[in-house]
Amino acid sequence: MNQKEFLDLVSPFKDKLFRMAKRLLVSTEEAEDATQEVLIKLWNNKSKIPAYKNVEAFSMTMTKNYCYDKLKSKQSQNLKIVHSNYEDKQVGVQKQVELNDSLHWVEKIMEQLPEQQRLIVQLRDIEAYDFDEISKILDMNPTAVRVALSRARKTIREKLTNTHNYGIK
Amino acid sequence: MVLNKIEKLVEKYENGETSIAEEQELKRFFTESDVPEHLEVYKSLFTYFSVNQQETFNKALPLKKTPVIPYKWLTAVAATVVLLLGFYLGNRTKNQDLGTFNDPELAFMEVSKSLEMISTKFNQGASTVGYLDEVNKGTSTLNYLNEMENATQIIFKKEKK
Repeated sequence: MNQKEFLDLVSPFKDKLFRMAKRLLVSTEEAEDATQEVLIKLWNNKSKIPAYKNVEAFSMTMTKNYCYDKLKSKQSQNLKIVHSNYEDKQVGVQKQVELNDSLHWVEKIMEQLPEQQRLIVQLRDIEAYDFDEISKILDMNPTAVRVALSRARKTIREKLTNTHNYGIK
Repeated sequence: MVLNKIEKLVEKYENGETSIAEEQELKRFFTESDVPEHLEVYKSLFTYFSVNQQETFNKALPLKKTPVIPYKWLTAVAATVVLLLGFYLGNRTKNQDLGTFNDPELAFMEVSKSLEMISTKFNQGASTVGYLDEVNKGTSTLNYLNEMENATQIIFKKEKK
């Protein structure tokens, strides 16, 4: 397998890896590093790739494990990952401000979810994986995935309703 | 009508029972059309999901060409290098040929010449060792101390008596 073939293989899902890493690690830089690390690991073991049944699911699992390890080592070092994506958003329209603000709230609420629920919402609602794929990636049974997903969706909706109604009701 | 359907879908969605197609439908509804106030919450949720779907990974991938030389080849190469080095060094010591003499008289002269050189150098060394005599002289003068001791012994003997 040469470099081009490898890039063709990973390009359909490399963004998914990145988004999942970002969901767990929060910071864009950390997520980029994690994705890079995982893809390089995959490249270094490219001789084994033909043996994998589903390279995408395998890479997703790899990324998940890598991020969990990262989080664990951060916790043991007693360091918090600081969210430092400073963005200069040019906002002109009032509507846009409102929308951005509510999207920001969704993000905040997502960050408060337990890691597993966060991942499931990410995989289902953002990446649109089916339950079988999710259960394979996360090594859980499909029923448990469904239950956790439902719980996460309800939590998000409740919290979002609270913030929406804050100061109104 | 549409709203009714959407409300049902939303309920199914919260129970985790919607299919991917149904979720796509919800996403389309909440991002495209005017959303009634009581469902406003879902608008931001689904907008958030579709915005997040567009984020991409843009960091360059430094893919190095991994070395294809297997490990056993590496050891073979190392062994060859060691062997070659061994032969080279061995041959070099054998080449230390100092030459020889065919004429016995010439050989004798050469030997006596080098022996003579050794003896003169040796004598030079020996003459510097001669200074050790001085030390001997020093110790012999120390013998006078014995005389003094004799004298003191006589004194003590007298006291005992």
